[in-house]
Amino acid sequence: MSLVARIRLQRNGFRLDAEFEVAGGEVVALLGPNGAGKTTVLRVLAGLVPAAGEVRLDGVDLHGVPVERRRVGLVFQDYLLFPHLSTVDNVAFGLRCQGLGRAEAHRTALEWLARMDLTGHALAKPATLSGGQAQRVALARALAVQPRLLLLDEPLAALDAGTRLTIRAGLRHHLSGFAGATVLVTHDPLDAMVLADRIVVLEAGTVVQTGTPPEITRQPRTDYVARLVGLNLYRGRAREGAVELTGGGRLSVEDPVSGNVFVAFPPAAVALYVDRPAGSPRNVWPVRVGGVERYGDRIRVQLEGAPTVVADVTPAAAAELDLAPGKGLWAAVKATETHAYPD
Amino acid sequence: MRRSVPPLLWAPGLLGLAFLVLPLVALVLRAPWATLPGRLVEPGVLTALRLSVTTASAATVLAVLVGVPLAVLLARVEFPGRRLVRALVTLPLVLPPVVGGVALLLVFGRRGVIGSWAGFSLAFTTAGVVLAEAFVALPFLVVSVEGALRAADRRYEEAAATLGATRWTVFRRVTLPMVAPGLAAGTVLCWARALGEFGATITFAGNFPGRTQTMPIAVYLALESDPDAAIVLSLVLLAVSVAILVTLRDRWLG
Repeated sequence: MSLVARIRLQRNGFRLDAEFEVAGGEVVALLGPNGAGKTTVLRVLAGLVPAAGEVRLDGVDLHGVPVERRRVGLVFQDYLLFPHLSTVDNVAFGLRCQGLGRAEAHRTALEWLARMDLTGHALAKPATLSGGQAQRVALARALAVQPRLLLLDEPLAALDAGTRLTIRAGLRHHLSGFAGATVLVTHDPLDAMVLADRIVVLEAGTVVQTGTPPEITRQPRTDYVARLVGLNLYRGRAREGAVELTGGGRLSVEDPVSGNVFVAFPPAAVALYVDRPAGSPRNVWPVRVGGVERYGDRIRVQLEGAPTVVADVTPAAAAELDLAPGKGLWAAVKATETHAYPD
Repeated sequence: MRRSVPPLLWAPGLLGLAFLVLPLVALVLRAPWATLPGRLVEPGVLTALRLSVTTASAATVLAVLVGVPLAVLLARVEFPGRRLVRALVTLPLVLPPVVGGVALLLVFGRRGVIGSWAGFSLAFTTAGVVLAEAFVALPFLVVSVEGALRAADRRYEEAAATLGATRWTVFRRVTLPMVAPGLAAGTVLCWARALGEFGATITFAGNFPGRTQTMPIAVYLALESDPDAAIVLSLVLLAVSVAILVTLRDRWLG
């Protein structure tokens, strides 16, 4: 059960023009910053928002097919369990709509709750459930009607940080059992990496990059993705082992590339010196300290220069360097630590 | 107690409270308590009470049957002039009821628009009482239900649709249950307003004991011939009002 989506939509000055495909059994994450149009894409796929283009499910265009006949399961960000119905009646709701008798719908709903480890909460009202339980009920409710396409809008955003880890793993398990195509929307790269087989990066209404999580992590193609995965990223033109950067500056690289390329390296690969270092590193340039912030057990330093760069240093090194904003330093990156790939 | 109230406001505020409460206290103090049980079961009182309860309930049923769909249209359908229509719907709230009675005569009376065309008249009948009460009480229901519909999160309806629910199923199983508190409050208010209706009823339906003479009309007439009976009837209506406030206390007084 595969999905082919070409969605075009213009609304209040916002332009959405996104194309992507999802194979049956595949989980694709729509990853992007707030306002990129991720949720709008989901609403178009579900039929809640009309749009131009096409949405094909198993080759059949869904254009003009009303929401209730699309058989598309949608798990909302805040789950939207019907507050006046018990957990089991929430799950049975869609089955009843499909014409199943009360008893049979009830029985099937109970089976789904058992699968989600929620048997004990069958008669509970949604308001009494924890965030993780509510999410599982919402998932059971969407899956119970055997949708051809499953859509999840920020499935972990409503949960507190402490429970996300286990719930994310549980969600991954449940998604792997679904035979149809799954599209999940998230702004959290970790959710996308853990849950999805493939990531579609959406920025300002356009797909800017598509790939498996390792591909996206290794070879980001926009600043947004690079920041997400924690890399310094530059565009430039390569010639004879060096790249002239579009924004100014020059970097030596090891990868045999030519023409328009990206160069990426992690902040930890950047070494900082008070005086110009002599010796091995081939990329050395003067920088000025911009911002300094704590990042885990490291200190993350924003540095102005050609090019501007982000460096991670230990607190001890930071103390030694006396990182006051405006202070002049030397940045050094070994060519072997950079990663260059075609644009 | 918060200390932020200027002393100057205390006197007029308490005066206002006394103004509202004193008449009710007088009603209770002057009631002929000794003869009360006997008076309550007098045929005249019982007839008027029965007629009032029956017509107010019928008017409420009528109001729910047309008022809920009207509220849905006002809350959910975009159409030109919607604000004007909404203003028209709430007009009976501020219109003097006697004007409503005259207007109803012009439509449902013997020589009214519908009456003369269809050859019948609802004026001065029990059905006319129901109509007059419904006319005055309907806005309470519509305003209450429409408010609840506007406040409801429409995404629940979207969630139901993605689960395969038709629009009618969504309305029946999601929308209605979600506005149930608003509908209940509107229904109670509507019934209370219908029960107390006087002006439109006496204008359109007149004053025939057993047919169109409701409690408020009976009170008004008894005041001239038998003031004690008027007080007894008033006490009954006061008791009903208090009961309604108690019913709605979680909603408004909580």
